[in-house]
Amino acid sequence: MTAENCPPEAYQIEGALVLDPFTGREWSGPVVVEGGRVVEAPSGAVPVRRVEADGLWLVPRLVDIHVHFRSPGQEWKEDLESGSKAAAAGGMTAVATMPNTVPPVDDPALVTWQRSTGERLGYTQIWPIGAVTRGLAGETLADLWRMQEAGAVAFSDDGRPVWDSRLMRSALTYSQSLRVPIIQHAEDPRLFEGAAMHEGAVSLRLGIPAGPAEAESVMVWRDVQLAALTGGRLHIAHLSAPGSLEAVAWAKARGLRVTAEVTPHHLLLTDEAVAEWGYHAVTKVNPPLRPQAVRDALIEAVCQGVVEVIASDHAPHHADEKALPYAEAPFGIAGLETSLGVVLTVLVHTGRLKPIDAFRRMSAAPHAVLGLSYPGIVPGAAADLTLIDPYHEWTVEPERFYSKGKNTPLAGMRLKGRAVATMVRGIWVMREGAVSAACWDA
Amino acid sequence: MAEGVVLMDREAIRRALVRIAHEIVERHRGTDRLVLVGIHRRGVPLARRIAANLEAIEGAAPPVGTLDIGLYRDDVGHRPFPALAATRLPLPIEGQTVILVDDVLFTGRTVRAALDAVTDWGRPAAIQLAVLVDRGHRELPIRADYVGKNVPTARREEVRVELEETDGQEQVILVKPSRDKGQERRGGE
Amino acid sequence: MDDFLGIAELSTKTLEDLLDTAQALSEILSRPIKKVPTLRGRAIANAFFEPSTRTRNAFELAAKYLSADVVNFSSTGSSLEKGESVWDTVKTLEALGVDAVVVRHREAGVPQLMAERLAIPVINAGDGEHEHPTQALLDLLTVRQRFGRLQGLRVAIVGDVLHSRVARSDLYGFLALGARVTLVGPPGLVSEEWREWGAEVTWDLAQGIRGAHVVQVLRIQRERQAQGLLPSWQEYRERWGITREHLGWADPNVLVLHPGPQNRGVEIDSEVLEGAQSAVLDQVRNGVAVRMAVLYRLLGGAAE
Repeated sequence: MTAENCPPEAYQIEGALVLDPFTGREWSGPVVVEGGRVVEAPSGAVPVRRVEADGLWLVPRLVDIHVHFRSPGQEWKEDLESGSKAAAAGGMTAVATMPNTVPPVDDPALVTWQRSTGERLGYTQIWPIGAVTRGLAGETLADLWRMQEAGAVAFSDDGRPVWDSRLMRSALTYSQSLRVPIIQHAEDPRLFEGAAMHEGAVSLRLGIPAGPAEAESVMVWRDVQLAALTGGRLHIAHLSAPGSLEAVAWAKARGLRVTAEVTPHHLLLTDEAVAEWGYHAVTKVNPPLRPQAVRDALIEAVCQGVVEVIASDHAPHHADEKALPYAEAPFGIAGLETSLGVVLTVLVHTGRLKPIDAFRRMSAAPHAVLGLSYPGIVPGAAADLTLIDPYHEWTVEPERFYSKGKNTPLAGMRLKGRAVATMVRGIWVMREGAVSAACWDA
Repeated sequence: MAEGVVLMDREAIRRALVRIAHEIVERHRGTDRLVLVGIHRRGVPLARRIAANLEAIEGAAPPVGTLDIGLYRDDVGHRPFPALAATRLPLPIEGQTVILVDDVLFTGRTVRAALDAVTDWGRPAAIQLAVLVDRGHRELPIRADYVGKNVPTARREEVRVELEETDGQEQVILVKPSRDKGQERRGGE
Repeated sequence: MDDFLGIAELSTKTLEDLLDTAQALSEILSRPIKKVPTLRGRAIANAFFEPSTRTRNAFELAAKYLSADVVNFSSTGSSLEKGESVWDTVKTLEALGVDAVVVRHREAGVPQLMAERLAIPVINAGDGEHEHPTQALLDLLTVRQRFGRLQGLRVAIVGDVLHSRVARSDLYGFLALGARVTLVGPPGLVSEEWREWGAEVTWDLAQGIRGAHVVQVLRIQRERQAQGLLPSWQEYRERWGITREHLGWADPNVLVLHPGPQNRGVEIDSEVLEGAQSAVLDQVRNGVAVRMAVLYRLLGGAAE
């Protein structure tokens, strides 16, 4: 669909500051792309278009390894096309999609379908995550190897935990042979039963049913113990609790293969947002928004590297669903198109992280978690590039999202920095905020 | 504050209330089966004073009740409402003659509301009306049985009754409308 | 005041005005003909999305005593189960021409979200574990009638404070009017966080009700036991039940309140409930007066 009908072109991107977390190099200099790959110099076989990128940053292979594209089965929330466009708009050249669709992605055929549909659409690369258990039922292991053969990059029952300890042990043990992680949505179902937000002063005031942060951390502690027992690869999704940080630090100190991610919304917002939004379920997300002290701890953990990945947990929902009373509405924030802006605003412009280190958490680090290799901006590398205007200030307007999900408590907030162009396999899929399959001159 | 013309002074008010008491006694041949009900707010002290006058004349004071007609207004929802005061009627009023007492009779709407209120408490033998000032401009077919003073007024003028108990001074004044086109006030109702 | 959503958002002045109005209106309840024409021609919808008998009855009588017409809507199903959202339900009531909606819902915040969507006033008749503001008004009125004041009184709220909307509304109301409030309950059902609001918090009933002028006894829900939050009823009664013996710790003139319905022999004993210190029937009676006051306040005047 994208640009297949366009005349082949080479691009010489000039003036940008290149930040390459894969090689650790930063330089100013032209980057040349031809035939979908980074090249030393144009071959001369096709016309070369110069792309002026003064004042911009160029970053390779930004990925978001935690998104929900809702297809198959819930296309009123999102589909692969709207989700892919949202990824391109947000500057993400690849996304890993969670398998809690209807039916769940617990079968190689669905993995193949998602992956190939992503390739056909071409706006971003879709890396399917397969279900750990058949039907996400938490009872029997799904066919992990067959799904991996079809292109699954990891396994998760995200949306719910693998709560059965014996089954989690099996998953961690078995997946060792596949060299991919089990991504755990860590939540003790009983401790968070009926809860809709974080248990604390705000929930007490609002009277909204709430659960403690320990609903997450008791499960993380169990899982790091199981990782020690099995030697398996464990990745903690959307980590949000101080106790979880301790568990992950404990695991890392022992050299276990345990990694973790946080979401931009947990780095930006606190549970006070629930009060500020006055019972509008736009703030309802699982794990829930936490108090300021936890937010500070999460920022610190990202900066220290205890948590190495930032992923959006992009969870689009229809407006009618989010308009339900707070406890009835579904959990989730649509975050793909604000993720980069939040990271720049919260981590980079505050001086907490150097730009290249911030981008590492959205590129090289998630590649390492999934066991995927990418060489960085070197000749021969797939041309998956994002141009970022780090100083562009903008207001979050969900109605302008490419995602079908307009559900974000960031609506109306000012962010500083955003992607201005995204290239996937040598083709510009987004320019100046516009995602398009059109050719450059169109 | 607008300048007013004094219509009644302390002595004139006193004399008017004595005269009203005499008229009541004459009409009812005493104070038996009689109930005075002051309409909140200045009708209440006036009713008490008339009752005291009746006691001085007849040796027995009739019971005095108070009535807030806020719940019976015909303009509920059309203007800001004042706080409600207590309504206390000497019960039962069945078979009694109720004399409503108010300071100024103007459009008649307050009295209309008071009639509704009283009949919600039972069926008196008769209801009569005593006012300190009747200033005319009736909007309803209502007249007073006992009047302290009839005062011809223009519609936009205000008749202001001030009593010791409620205002700290004792007089009735006529206030001309001010030149500026401010909100029309409807004094006395 | 465009809506009546919670005690927390009311000024002290408004709270006192409402109590004064309710006091004046309570006279109507003792008349031979309990009806005034004030809200004649107005229609009020009772939209109850959670079962309730006494609150709904009180609102209905309050409306009728003020001559308003009443339509009752009740549904226990959630939006999803019914296939129609609560917003559509109340929008329909508004389109039918009602002048105010009284809402009870099992989820916190529903009346507030409704008020944003409707032009007509919304009255909160209890939302989840958030607020039950008319209950607080009737409690405040009952106590004020008995003691003539609220300032300086010692009030103990005993029981499942955490899950109680009555406790929250009472807490805000009593504190706003100058009473001292102690929250008493089993660990897990009363939060230390409430100290931040100016309440005292204790697990010890003796300490909590010592010298109390008012003891508000909260209803214990059966499901708390199933949730593992409480041991047996016998143990609850012995530690936190308001028995005659336990009431001996309170002020001799203590007034005992209970929002009802009561679990006799669990959170309160029959001899206390029916004893001289109990004000539960005054509460029920005042429940009509305060709801009349709220309706009168919202519908009886034009915007200033």
